[in-house]
Amino acid sequence: MIEIAIEKQLGSFMLAARLEAPESGVTALFGRSGVGKTSVINALAGLLRPDRGRISVGGTALFDSARGIDLPPEKRRLGYVFQEARLFPHYSVRGNLLYGAKSDGDHAGPSFDAVVDLLGIRDLLARRPADLSGGEKQRVAIGRALLASPRLLLMDEPLASLDAPRKAEIMPFIERLRDELKLPIFYVSHEMEEIIRLADLLVLLDAGRVIASGSVEELTSRLDLWPLTGRYEAGAVIRTVLRGHDTTYGLSELAFPGGRLRVTQLALPLGTPIRVRIHARDVVLATERPAHLSIRNAFAAKVIELAPPRGPQIDLKLDIGSAEEPVMLWARITQRACQELQLVPGKPVFALVKTVALDHHSFGRFEGEAEPV
Amino acid sequence: MLTPLEIEALQLSLLVGVTSIIAALPFALACAWLLSRRDFWGKSVFDGIVHLPLVLPPVAVGFALLVLFGRNGIIGAFLYQTFGIVFAFNWKGAALASAVMAFPLMVRAMRLSVEAVDQRLEAAARSLGASPWRVFLTITLPLTAPGILTGAILGFARSVGEFGATITFVSNIPGQTRTLPVALYTLTQIPGSDLPAWRLAGLSVALALAALIGSELLARRLGHRLRGLD
Repeated sequence: MIEIAIEKQLGSFMLAARLEAPESGVTALFGRSGVGKTSVINALAGLLRPDRGRISVGGTALFDSARGIDLPPEKRRLGYVFQEARLFPHYSVRGNLLYGAKSDGDHAGPSFDAVVDLLGIRDLLARRPADLSGGEKQRVAIGRALLASPRLLLMDEPLASLDAPRKAEIMPFIERLRDELKLPIFYVSHEMEEIIRLADLLVLLDAGRVIASGSVEELTSRLDLWPLTGRYEAGAVIRTVLRGHDTTYGLSELAFPGGRLRVTQLALPLGTPIRVRIHARDVVLATERPAHLSIRNAFAAKVIELAPPRGPQIDLKLDIGSAEEPVMLWARITQRACQELQLVPGKPVFALVKTVALDHHSFGRFEGEAEPV
Repeated sequence: MLTPLEIEALQLSLLVGVTSIIAALPFALACAWLLSRRDFWGKSVFDGIVHLPLVLPPVAVGFALLVLFGRNGIIGAFLYQTFGIVFAFNWKGAALASAVMAFPLMVRAMRLSVEAVDQRLEAAARSLGASPWRVFLTITLPLTAPGILTGAILGFARSVGEFGATITFVSNIPGQTRTLPVALYTLTQIPGSDLPAWRLAGLSVALALAALIGSELLARRLGHRLRGLD
């Protein structure tokens, strides 16, 4: 268990964060810029000293103002991957990787060769950081942190300074850390796309406080949290399993308790658990099962809740799951449509999702139990 | 080529210059680090004292050294009685005077360099398990190296040219305290010594220029290597 309960005055900003996370999987700290995400993990790493409070990992107190405990960063055994790679310019890639490597084998972590191969950086070992691309730098920085055999890896927006192709290059490596090394990760981000691909536990921060924590699916289905997740970007995340491929049309079928979602083909084995993010603005509602429409994904749904209207728009929470297992979806429609269709809680509707509205940004493989086909 | 008198003065100047810089270097680096990295009570007073030799008349510095480090001075008497070290009227005194005069120049160059080291790299090193000392030795010090070199060479050039404090503190003794500038001064006091004076002046210029050019080249190569550009 990782427990954080700290207070820190930073200028006029008050950080008062309190959270608990398991020592496994990926815990994502999510929120807009300047809400204190980085301060929380800096405090965890020992790079920022809280005014008061307590931080412990696996029962070991790293910081406790009441007991006068404040372990220096080098004693905390937490790996840190910063937004900028922060490689040492006067060391080669190999020198950087080995800087924190433990030679005593006391805390056996992954071996040098394993890390180098995992991150695909064998060809870079003799180079200097100045000769590396942004993506390569970040991979070396991840390797350097791993070789210090940390008990927990902290990643502060490791993709934020990279362009889209570089992000796509790094993301699979982070997924491998999670899936192959089973290393617990604290991941700071303000990109929902990264969260749905990586996070097991989502922690929402606003103005220096933790305002909610829970599974990605649970938090994204709560209408009261939506201003955090971004007006344009708002949408629910549902859990599915890859159940079929339609090679004739290049489609894949993702099963969830209420039906099957057809998406453009995914190059993944059947049975893979996949998270899908469906933007509220991409969901269309109908009061009868539609015919003569191009949309292939139509799910019987029930209106659960209406959010307070915002301007001409209104958000609705729908249940598209089965009687036993509800699955929450959001739809964003105009108030006028809402009134003309007389949409009120309890009303049965059909939720329509365009297949092509779901692109590769919408999917995340998550570490669930891969189900038998 | 060079006359024995010139060789003696040159050798003495090199000895005094090198000794003073090597002795002053750790203290100058410590001051540079303190001034750029730490906030403490009385910091601006400390900063002022470090810079004092730069703005005081060198003769005043020499006089102060004489009072403090003379054999009957507060510090000088202690050093003589405890360790048998004497600064008065020998080359060690000349080196001390040079070191004091060169000190602020060295601190300034090193301080800029310490300030230029990205502290985020040091934080990264700490997170990788390095103790503050290891961070200093493996990250801060190597990245400060160009500034340390510049400071040392600047200090050396200043040290080799030191006159006022030296002649006040340790006088003008051939083979002991008669460095290049002091020898040059002596010659200017003797009528008809224009040519030897010119030769010594030329020697001083050559020494100072060689030091400056050498440091420039070294610093450039070092900078490239640190940035990983070669």
